[in-house]
Amino acid sequence: MKSLIQKLVETPSPSGREENIRQVIRLEVESYADDLRTDALGNLIARKGQVSQGGSKVMLAAHIDEIGVIVTHIDEKGFLRFTTIGGVRPTTCLGGRVRFLNGQLGVIGSERIDDPGKLPNFENLYIDIGASQRSEVAIRVGDMAVFDRPFLDLGDRLVSKAMDDRIGAAVLVETLHQWQPSPHQVFFVFSVQEEVGLRGATTAAFGVDPDLGLAVDVTGTGDTPKGLKMEVSLGKGPTIKVRDGGMISDPRLVDWMVRTAENARIPYQLEVLEGGTTDARAMQLTRSGVPAGCVSIPCRYVHSPSEMVDYNDVQNAVRLLLELLSKPIQL
Amino acid sequence: MTNQPQTHKYHPPRLAPAQIRLLERLCNACAISGDEGEVRKIVLEQVRGYLKTSGRPGDVKTDALGNVLVTLPGKTSGSVPRLRVMLDAHMDEVGFMITKDDGKGIFRFEIVGGIDLRQLPGKPVWIGEKHTPGAIGVKPIHLTRRDETKKLIDLDTLRIDAGPGSNSIKVGDRATFASSFTRLGPSLRGKALDDRLGVAILIELIKTAPDNIDLLAAFTVQEEVGARGAKVAAYTFNPDLAIAIDSTPAYDLPTWDGSENAVYNCRLGAGPAIYLADSATLADPRLVRHLVDTAESLGIPYQIRQPGGGGTDAGAIHRQRAGIPSISVSVPGRYHHSFASISRLADWQNTLGLLQAALIHLPADLLSRDREQ
Amino acid sequence: MINILPFLKKLVTAPGLSGHEAPIRKIIEEAWSPLTDELGVSRLGSLHGLRRGTASEPRQSVLLAAHMDAIGLMVTGISDGFLRVTQVGGVDPRILPGQPVIVHGREDLPGLVVQPSPRLLPSKYQEDPVPTEYLLVDTGLLPSRVKRLVRLGDLVSFAQLPLETGSETLTGHSLDNRVSVAALTCCLQELQHRLHTWDVWAVATVQEEVTLGGAFTSAFQLKPTLAIAVDVTFASGPGSPEHQTYPLGEGPTLGWGPNIHPALSKAFQELAKRLEIPHVVEAIPENSGTDAIALQVTAEGIPSMVIGIPLRYMHTPVEMVSMKDITRAGRLLAEFITSLDSNFIEKLSWEEQPG
Repeated sequence: MKSLIQKLVETPSPSGREENIRQVIRLEVESYADDLRTDALGNLIARKGQVSQGGSKVMLAAHIDEIGVIVTHIDEKGFLRFTTIGGVRPTTCLGGRVRFLNGQLGVIGSERIDDPGKLPNFENLYIDIGASQRSEVAIRVGDMAVFDRPFLDLGDRLVSKAMDDRIGAAVLVETLHQWQPSPHQVFFVFSVQEEVGLRGATTAAFGVDPDLGLAVDVTGTGDTPKGLKMEVSLGKGPTIKVRDGGMISDPRLVDWMVRTAENARIPYQLEVLEGGTTDARAMQLTRSGVPAGCVSIPCRYVHSPSEMVDYNDVQNAVRLLLELLSKPIQL
Repeated sequence: MTNQPQTHKYHPPRLAPAQIRLLERLCNACAISGDEGEVRKIVLEQVRGYLKTSGRPGDVKTDALGNVLVTLPGKTSGSVPRLRVMLDAHMDEVGFMITKDDGKGIFRFEIVGGIDLRQLPGKPVWIGEKHTPGAIGVKPIHLTRRDETKKLIDLDTLRIDAGPGSNSIKVGDRATFASSFTRLGPSLRGKALDDRLGVAILIELIKTAPDNIDLLAAFTVQEEVGARGAKVAAYTFNPDLAIAIDSTPAYDLPTWDGSENAVYNCRLGAGPAIYLADSATLADPRLVRHLVDTAESLGIPYQIRQPGGGGTDAGAIHRQRAGIPSISVSVPGRYHHSFASISRLADWQNTLGLLQAALIHLPADLLSRDREQ
Repeated sequence: MINILPFLKKLVTAPGLSGHEAPIRKIIEEAWSPLTDELGVSRLGSLHGLRRGTASEPRQSVLLAAHMDAIGLMVTGISDGFLRVTQVGGVDPRILPGQPVIVHGREDLPGLVVQPSPRLLPSKYQEDPVPTEYLLVDTGLLPSRVKRLVRLGDLVSFAQLPLETGSETLTGHSLDNRVSVAALTCCLQELQHRLHTWDVWAVATVQEEVTLGGAFTSAFQLKPTLAIAVDVTFASGPGSPEHQTYPLGEGPTLGWGPNIHPALSKAFQELAKRLEIPHVVEAIPENSGTDAIALQVTAEGIPSMVIGIPLRYMHTPVEMVSMKDITRAGRLLAEFITSLDSNFIEKLSWEEQPG
């Protein structure tokens, strides 16, 4: 599964420009899905299975967009000013490298900050593509770039930009690849524009109109020096989300997921995330309501160019999803 | 581009005096979010008047929130279904609401929509249906300590004063800056250019609606408090695509230190501003390409609004139902959400011209193309 | 016939934090069962009670929404038997130190929110209010037992029992928004002896304090003609600014502003005047902070109204309400409902509005 993960994380596709990653995933799923379509906002939706005895219409969502930057101005000397796409922090930009969708590479530089105690804002940053004047720049206002870091395989630990949420997409692809007979009809939704406000999942959920929904996304961990106070650690299993900053999982779903994991002896952790949210919130508020939950992949350094996950957690997430989908869901 | 006959050189739409008068009426009308009646009345009169005199089939209604929804079916032969195009402009403006009667003509108030507190002190206002005059007064400088002038005047200390003995004003009444529309050479000045300029454009687009599309026009309420009218209007219409017509700030003034202005957002006089991204919407790339191609091939002035910040009704529209490809096009204006804004008449004309051309040349298969090429 | 005071006391002692409303729903279900023709539960757990009207089908309907979820805390970690917690809904951390709570683990465990000694806190908080993340809950039990009985995600609710305070006021936690559930119940009781032509949906919504999820989804499912959110509003009292608050015990507030259909507000104002029910008009410049934010913009839009029940010390375990305001609100709703006829809809046309 590592080569699949590498292929997905290294594809540049910021929110709103998901065509590259959509094409990569399309090739991975088209021979496995019963039906494949792209909706009005660009969500890729793969349908598999039929509802049979005791089964439900299930929506699984993993977002395929990543955070990035968008050019706002090209100055006389050929430096590019930019603003952010999704939750980018100035601290992770300094000295960073970006890759535009046309392949152009650049470096993020900063103006001098007089006060040594202060961090730069985005107004102080710019992208340097090595040009000396505006006329040499082929990039235009509105062009987007993603952070550029290669995938790193450290054995159990994998590092890359865009683990959020290409790792979730990989889990969905792998679950589809290992599909077993199921009483459920499952919509594998590779959603767009999550990082800018769950936009793709909002419309995909309306279109799919599922009986219940599960998002697969990353979550933080509390296992780094003087880090977040959070009970989730890398390597202790995928998490079953109880709540995050934007939604409270349906407790019946949480209980079902916990029972399933315990009966199948799949390691898991319970998750409470205080900041951030996922596509599960969008699914929950759709139409007349959708009981929603989330399986999360613990991840260190989220929204930095070097997000780290544990490969075992990823594989166990696939096992958990397959186990959840193998039987009717008793809420 | 579609197989239209070779088009003529572009001329901005001619401006009749009646159109300027309409703009004046619209800008001087007071319609704060949630209380859009004065503008709604003008819109209904204009649109119903047009349908009556033209005999064109169409439907006009108001919905549960007060949006005016206009449906103008197109006219084409053949089996290819017409695109259902939603055009949107918001009727509301930012302003104030009276929240407490302190007696003797003095009232506490709150701000409706986003207004920088520093725009309030020492301004005249119109209150309520009757546009009763009043003032947001401030302590005289003679009685003010030097260090006080450096401090922001809190909303808590500001009051609207309608003069002793005013008894027609009640809690809940709305108020707005008492700013009248006027022409200044090539420019227009007035309050609520955001988005009465868009409302006027939309009225004109209805009057010149082409046959190749079904035009669904939404004059929305409550954009300034969260694009609330647009949400339900889009749900009701469920169009194939949508264009929001709004105003966007031009910050094209000199910087304080003379350095290059890299944060101008858009510029006055440079034409309609096409949005690629604001904080609420990432424009559908097919619509961006269509608008830009139309402008380029016909020689219509246009500019790209700097990405980031702000938001329009498109933010609510594109998230409705199963998703609606959307884009925003705005008339640039300086000093929005203050006593008076300034825009160029030519930008207004060219925004209208661009949209007219874009609608006529809208290919019926636009949405069956891949989103990005 | 339900006596409102004991019913309200029962409502506030049942747990029902946002997202986990099953226990409180059960109690409301029991109370509403004899007062409705049908009871149902939405996919997110909201309670829908239908009273059918007498008009022939298709009948118009009015939805009354009172959120049944309450704020509280949730366990985020266990250290040496002490529980770390986060908020569910908006809690001012300054009211937390020393609060008695109940930890809903494998059993209900009495606990105490404790503020560790300053010597155990970052230097910043020697005297300043301590954020929730540094507070702990002590159950008095040994760590091994805590580990067996409590896990991540367990809920913690306030334990303060309601107090009957002066002039028919009640003081306690979760009055936001169980008082409105009580008001809806009063209304349903009143309707037992009255005829109404419209259908009435009494809805106890979920998750108002976190996502407005109950309001969005119940409105979508039931698609009513009108919607009325009943929620608490700010009562005047020590510490609260006079101009943003309303008197306790002088009647419910009737909302006015963009989140409310002006004709609905006027109809309620006229009705309250005619019936001599004390009330105050509450000017709401933008969104109302209630389920009406969601109700108004669901699907094609729903004309909405907000009725406020004044409450002191909102979002603390010593919220205070006047029982009279609850019964007034219930009565006003019942009178409004019985006055509804097939012509009422015309009053809501925006083209009839002056100006």
